[in-house]
Formats: sequence, structure tokens, C-alpha cells
Amino acid sequence: MAEHKTTYSGLLGWIDERMPTLMSEYKKHLSEYYAPKNFNFWYIFGGLAITVLVIQIVTGIFLVMNYKPDANLAFASVEYIMRDVPGGWFIRYMHSTGASAFFIVVYLHMFRGLMYGSYRKPRELVWIFGCLIFLCLMGEAFFGYLLPWGQMSYWGAQVIVNLFGAVPLIGPDLAIFIRGDYVIGDATLNRFFAFHVIAIPLVLLGLVVAHILALHDVGSNNPDGVEIKAKKDASGRPLDGIPFHPYYTVHDIFWLVLFLMGFFAILFFVPEFGGYFLEWNNFIPADPLTTPSHIAPVWYFTPYYSVLRAITSEFMVVLAVGLIGMAALTLMTISNAILRGAIAVGTIVVLLGFFTLDPKFWGVVLMGASVLIFFGLPWLDQSPVKSMRYRPGWHFWLLIVWVVAFLILGYLGTQQPTPTFTLISQVLTLVYFAFFALMPWWSRMGTFKPVPERVNFKAH
Amino acid sequence: MNNIVIRIAFAVASLLGAGSALAAGAHMAMEEWPSDRGRSVASLQNGARLFANYCTGCHSATLVRWNLLQNIGLDEGQIKDFLIFGRQKVGDTIRIAAAPADQKAWFGKAPPDLSVITRARTSFDYLGTDYIYTLLRGYYRDNSSPTGWNNVAYPNIGMPHIFWESQGPREATIEQVHERKDEKTGRTHYVKAVTSYDPSGNATRKETDLGATGSESFSYTFKPLDQLQARQFDSDAADLVAFLAFITDPSRSKRIQIGVWVLIFLALFSVAAWRLNAVYWKDIK
Repeated sequence: MAEHKTTYSGLLGWIDERMPTLMSEYKKHLSEYYAPKNFNFWYIFGGLAITVLVIQIVTGIFLVMNYKPDANLAFASVEYIMRDVPGGWFIRYMHSTGASAFFIVVYLHMFRGLMYGSYRKPRELVWIFGCLIFLCLMGEAFFGYLLPWGQMSYWGAQVIVNLFGAVPLIGPDLAIFIRGDYVIGDATLNRFFAFHVIAIPLVLLGLVVAHILALHDVGSNNPDGVEIKAKKDASGRPLDGIPFHPYYTVHDIFWLVLFLMGFFAILFFVPEFGGYFLEWNNFIPADPLTTPSHIAPVWYFTPYYSVLRAITSEFMVVLAVGLIGMAALTLMTISNAILRGAIAVGTIVVLLGFFTLDPKFWGVVLMGASVLIFFGLPWLDQSPVKSMRYRPGWHFWLLIVWVVAFLILGYLGTQQPTPTFTLISQVLTLVYFAFFALMPWWSRMGTFKPVPERVNFKAH
Repeated sequence: MNNIVIRIAFAVASLLGAGSALAAGAHMAMEEWPSDRGRSVASLQNGARLFANYCTGCHSATLVRWNLLQNIGLDEGQIKDFLIFGRQKVGDTIRIAAAPADQKAWFGKAPPDLSVITRARTSFDYLGTDYIYTLLRGYYRDNSSPTGWNNVAYPNIGMPHIFWESQGPREATIEQVHERKDEKTGRTHYVKAVTSYDPSGNATRKETDLGATGSESFSYTFKPLDQLQARQFDSDAADLVAFLAFITDPSRSKRIQIGVWVLIFLALFSVAAWRLNAVYWKDIK
């Protein structure tokens, strides 16, 4: 290997001669990573998500120093942190507010992707790594929520683990295997602690690295959905690209400060956030003998929880009609005989399952599907252009309808079920899935506007 | 200002949670605890006195150390001499001698630990402070209950009225509208029941049929026979709630103080960050 000649002097030169990776990676990912110059507000949430991740890891380390993963001590140890550990309340509220903040920024980050087609070719892997990060985040939140060992921790975990009991044949044994006991108990707390503090964070960090590396290989998308690498100057730099550092670092610092103002306003003035960030019932220690009258997951899980609750035995008929309709539409569209046969057989098998297996099981399946369906977006979306800016106006409104359905499902998930609420969540569940399932068809329809050669940018 | 923030946040949360109130059936409106008591050291100290004298007979607060009370202006000697009964140290948590199993046999349910009680009793429908304030002042004599006491905020409560002497005798009138199904016709109609309790707990009940239309409701009025005593007790109850809110969330006042400075700093920093950004971006055409 040729000897590396450094162009730096001093300490940096000394390091660069021995480890050229440092400066070459710095250039590759920061000072010479060319990002489109037309990023707008929606592009701040990736950076914010990393900030919140760091907050969660650092505060998490300090919490673990004082927390006791023991069913008899856990609840008191959290209050001990809040009362007797110097600055403990600050660390704990950072972590609890950070959990909700993480979901807020990640949901907005994903909405940006939906709006500008950021998951489209060649960024499918970036999107898939992102979806995996989202799954890890949900796991992290679920395992972590048991640790304060309050009533909602306990019964929330009980409800979710019991869902695995709906799996045919192995269900009840599977639920016991997950809990390590017949009810949620000390064994469950200890394994959830292990998952929350080490297993999932390790995977999460690896995925974040993969997400960023994959992104930097293909380059960032932008609000116009134009590939900036198509137009380069003589030295090979994209004409519409600017170095990430310093331009986007100073830009993101400004937005970070605004974000922190909201974050700290909640942390210092209303850390419970009206019972949405820290649920009131969770200030009652876990009591296996007293079931709370109303069990609801924390707000970020409630849309999927609503989907779960929407699936009743009467609703199976509606689902069956929907499935047959989808199968018919697919059969009319594809011509490959083997694929058509497979779809027909698959549909019949699932239909038989609809009326033989417990609707609760299908509730679990659809709840899982409501999260996993995000993975399919790069292939479901068949629009000839990426960005909503150049797609028919009604495509954007369809997306907004889906977002509203998602939000209302989320709201209903925090509420006690009533017949009206169940009916609304059933209709919205259909809207939720129809948006994705029919996307291969609707995303091609309408009049598309011409996409410009270069990005739209007005100097500040 | 802090309380306004909390009330507003709570109002928004309640608005979001309004559906649950409808779903669970109309519940009683709680009386508003005068939250300025939470900022008065005299109130907090009076609350501490009442807490030590009346509550710790049955209720523990095992997550709270006695020396936390230094934050409300008491010194170790005062805490030891006036508040701790028995052989606990100032650094000990607030424990009680009664065994939960015995308490369960005596009252039907072990009295809850009060360490985080105002948070634990908050819901989307009401604040825990308002609930406890209403509960403490909501007792009336009722001969039909085992303890001789009943409560509007917690019907058939196991806890007797611990402050009955200081509150003084009262008459109570409870008005309740509820749905009733006619067993013969199967039709529902609404019945208004007005029950009056005299100061010794003897009830007189009057029912009127409201017909097929109406809605369920619950309301009550108390008539103290000794106004002055009742008013003094209301004030004591407010102080006790202030103390319970303090031990529930002891970092609150400090948190808000720091929070204001953090936000001022960030606001100034945001201006610097905004200008810095503008300086860099002015070359980008």
C-alpha cells in the first residue's frame, strides 16, 4: 500500500499520517457530502432524531446507575431517582419526555418521506433501514415502559403479551415463553430490562449507521424529487449540492434550538403533559390483583391499538369483502399465470382463516400489518414522479386523508371503546389499509406536472 | 403563572379526554383546590402539621423522607420534635406502625400510600389536587354505612371522617338522577332521588319520576351548622392538599424556576443561531 502523504499540519497531520480514515470519513460524510440546497422545514427531523437518540442514551446510562430491575423495588427506585438522586428528576424527565419526542420527530421524518417520495429508487434500502429503526424504536418503547412498574406499565405489558396468546396452536405457550411466568412478574421485568438497555439499543445504533451510510451512498432526496447528481460541475460536484457542513449544520442548529425550547418547556413546566407523556395511572405501583378500569397504551402506539380493537367478529365480513375485492383487482391487473394462481389460492386460504380462527388473532395480524406495511412503500408507489409537488393535487389530499385517519385512530386508541368509537375506528382502519393497498393503482392515475431539470431554490 | 400553564395543559388534555368522560358516564364535578396554597410556606407547614397529626396514623408515604420537609422551611429539630412520632430518624422515609393486612381487615382496603397521591389520583377528568380537596370536604353522616360516614367524591368510602370534630356538624342533601328500567314494560325512565341527611346521619329520601327524557346527574349541597368552624376546616383541607401536592412532586418549584432561565437562554441563543445561519447561507445562490 502506498504511503499516505498528509496535507495537514500539527496534531491533525500526525493523526492523518497514521489514520487517514478519520479525515477521509469526515469529508465523505460532512464537509464534502453534497446535500441538495433546497431542503425545507421537513428536512430537520433526521438530525433531531439523532439528537433525541443521544439524549436517550446518555440519560439512560444515568438512570441505570440508580434503577433497580426488581419487581419489589422498581417503582420505589424510580421515585428515589426523582427525589434523592441529585438532578435525578431532570434526568428522568429528559428520558420520559425524550421517549415521546422521539416518536414525534420520527413520525414527522416519515411523513416527509411520504410527501417527497424519499423511499423511491434508488433509496429503497435507506427506507427499509428506516422502517427497521422504527420497529426497534417501538420495541424499545414497549420494553422500557414496563420498567417504572406502575399500573399502566404492568397492565399494558399484560395486554400486549397476551396478544401473542392469540396465535393459533402455540399461542398460550408463546405468551408464557415471552413473560417467563404465567403472569407479568419479576422474570418479565428483568428480561425487558435487558432488552431495553442493551439488546435493542445495540441493534438500533447499528441500523442508524446503516441508514446514514446508505443515504450517503445514494445522496439525499429533496422537496422537488430531482436527482442532483445528474447535473455536476467540472470538478464532479453536483451543481445543486452544497457541503453538509457547514451549511446544514448551522441550519440544523437553529432548528434544534427551537425544538429544544419546546422540549424543555414540556420538561420543566408540564412533564406529565396532561397524562399523555407520563400516564397518571402509572403513579400507582403495579398491582397484579387490581385491573385498571381503562388500559390504554402511550399515545404513540394508539393508532395501531385502535386497529387491533377495530377487528371484531362482525367486522370480519367487511374484511372478507375487502380481501376479495383486492384479489379481484390484482387478478385483473397481472397476467403471469403462476402469480395469478398463487394469489387465488392465498386469498382462499386467508378467507378460510377469517372465519375459522379467532377474530382476536386477525386483530393482532392487522395491527402488525399496519406497521409492517410501511416496508412495502417503495414498491406500492408506482407514480412516475417522486415529489408531491409534481403529482396530481388529489394525491396530496389523499395523503392528508390518510394522516387524519392515522391521527383519529390514535385519539380513539386513548379512549374507552364505545359502539360509536368502534364503528369509527373500523371505517378508519379500512381507510388506513386502502391507502396502501390501492396505491399501485391510484398512484399512476391523474395528470402529472413536468419535473424541472434543476431544483427550485430562492436565495435567503 | 405556573398554575395557569398547568391548568391550560390540563384543560387541553381534558378536552382530548372528554370522550372518555362521556363513555364512562357523567361523573361528579370536583371542586377547585385553591392552588395559591401551594406557594405559601405557612400553608405548607400547616399542611405538614395536619399530615403528621391526622394522616400518618394510617397512611404511609414510604417514598418521602422526613428531611424533605426542610424544603418548606422546617429545620431538623422542628421535624423531629413536632412531626415525627415514634423512633424514626429525620432521614427515614415516612412509615407507619399499622400492618396493611390488619388495615385491610379493619377498613376493607389498606389505606393507600400518600407519596405520589395527587398525581396518582389525577385523570383526564379532574386533577388529583381537586379530587382530594373535594374528598376531604365531602364527608357526611350516614347511619347506613359501617363507619357512620359517607362521601360524595367516593361513595361508600372505607375511610371514616378523620376531621369530623374540626369540621363541625353538617346537614347534607344529595340529588341524584338515574336511569331505571321498568320491569313490566321494559321502558327506561329517569328518576330523581333527593336524600337529606340530618347531622346525626338519619336519611329521608324522596323520589320523583321525571319520565322518559332526562340525563343522569349527581349533585349535593352541605349546610354547616357552624359556619366559622366549617370555613376554618376548608382552609385546613386546602393546606393539607398543598402539602400532599408538595410531597408528590417536590422538585416542582425548582423545576419551574430553572425552566424559565433555560427558555430565556435558548430564546437568546436562537437569535444567535439564526444570524449565524444567515451569514453562512448568504453565499448560496
